Amino acid sequence: MLELTRITAGYDPRDPVVRDASLTIAPGESVGLLGPSGCGKSTLAKVAALLHRPDAGTVVLDGRPVRGWRHGAPRAQRTAVGVVFQQPRLSADPRLSLRELIAQPLRATGRRAEVTDRVAELAPAVGLTAELLNRRPHEVSDGQLQRACLARALVLRPRWLICDEMTAMLDASTTAALVAVVEAYRRESGAGLLAVGHDRVLLERWCDRTVGWQGISGRVATQESMSPTG
Amino acid sequence: MAESVLGPARRTTRRIRVVSSAGIVAAVLLAVLLVPPLVQLDQQAVDLAAKLQPPSWQHPFGTDDVGRDLLLRCVYGLRVSLLVGVVAGLTATVIGTAVGALAAAFGGWTDRIVMRLVDTFSSVPHLLLGIFIVAMFRPGVGPVIVSVALTHWLSTARIVRSEVLSLRSRPFIDAAISGGASRGRVIVRHLLPAVLPQAGLAAVLMVPHAMWHESALSFLGLGLPTHQASLGNLVQTARGSLLAGDWWPTLFPGLFLIIPTLALAGLAGAWRERINPRRRSELML
Repeated sequence: MLELTRITAGYDPRDPVVRDASLTIAPGESVGLLGPSGCGKSTLAKVAALLHRPDAGTVVLDGRPVRGWRHGAPRAQRTAVGVVFQQPRLSADPRLSLRELIAQPLRATGRRAEVTDRVAELAPAVGLTAELLNRRPHEVSDGQLQRACLARALVLRPRWLICDEMTAMLDASTTAALVAVVEAYRRESGAGLLAVGHDRVLLERWCDRTVGWQGISGRVATQESMSPTG
Repeated sequence: MAESVLGPARRTTRRIRVVSSAGIVAAVLLAVLLVPPLVQLDQQAVDLAAKLQPPSWQHPFGTDDVGRDLLLRCVYGLRVSLLVGVVAGLTATVIGTAVGALAAAFGGWTDRIVMRLVDTFSSVPHLLLGIFIVAMFRPGVGPVIVSVALTHWLSTARIVRSEVLSLRSRPFIDAAISGGASRGRVIVRHLLPAVLPQAGLAAVLMVPHAMWHESALSFLGLGLPTHQASLGNLVQTARGSLLAGDWWPTLFPGLFLIIPTLALAGLAGAWRERINPRRRSELML
């Protein structure tokens, strides 16, 4: 389970962006979090990815309460959650080739030996050719870069996947391709998914259930709307 | 990008500046590296019969008050000054980069304490602090390098810290952390390579600055021993003859200090425009 309970978070303790938000995702479940721009859903996603320390509230990941954030979280806990961000340009180190970009988590966790195999396996899955893998971020399109960022998020086989507006900058066919990659990975691994976005049609087709962000109160109402898997 | 916004006249001016700067720097490097081993002349050779001679074919820069050839003394002096400049500049940049990157990467109290220490050091005039440091040792090249290096890492630390702070909140750092990267790995693999161009620029600009400091210390009699030719020492010893109307012993060492400084600053300016065309006001000498 990935349980966020009564999370209050933001960048100024006197004026938090997220107030009292609660959200629970079961293993293998996919949850879409819908909300208008600026409502704090990305902040909540960062809390769930252990990248932002909340001002109040608890996060329980696979039965273990989270006590530290960012570098403070144990590596095993951090790497249990894969994250894909909205803007591939900003989430890729401009000096690394796409191949290195995908391999970084393996190198960072001392699994250098697996680099060749994992990259060879993931690159075709996300639709990257060998030639593209040798290019650097400024030499590829946003869509191609986001494919690499998705591969990077999957390379450590996380049990949870957080896609923060993953497809907001992309065209329809790339969106469909990336969603298909995520779903194929989930079928194979049984990973849970939190997909954050503002596109109701996409999230309702993609996810088991979608929850909306109730603007003024800032609460995440669980089960606000249910829809069959698309 | 930068080329397209500039008019052809500006572009030509810039090109002339870069080419002439590079030419001067190359000539200076060749002179200080090749002249001493190739030209078997003693820069210390005293010839009292030929003291204070104005520039001539035999002595293009003239001679000093004990008849030593000033051209040779200037080249040897530049060699020492450049050595101090390069070593002190590099050391200062390494210290500054390390301190700035660590302060920004750790943030919080570490950052606050380190940056207040930097402020404290900055509030004391560089030269005063430098004099204090050289005064603790016997005169020589080593103490001067230490003195200049220890007083000049502060601005680099500030520059690197601000760069790292702006990078630290980028999603690619979040992605690295989420991918299991340790703090050290984030600093070494992602943050430092990104600030390297800025730090390199700071290092290049620091070389002439350090040369001037060496000259200032030597001029005050606190730097290198007086028999050792350095640009500061040359100006210092020539000061007396200036009042007697002998202009050459001060002019040429002075030019040897100013011209390479301008050339290095010209090169650094071109580099700065290249790595960041929009921000031209920072990192001035």
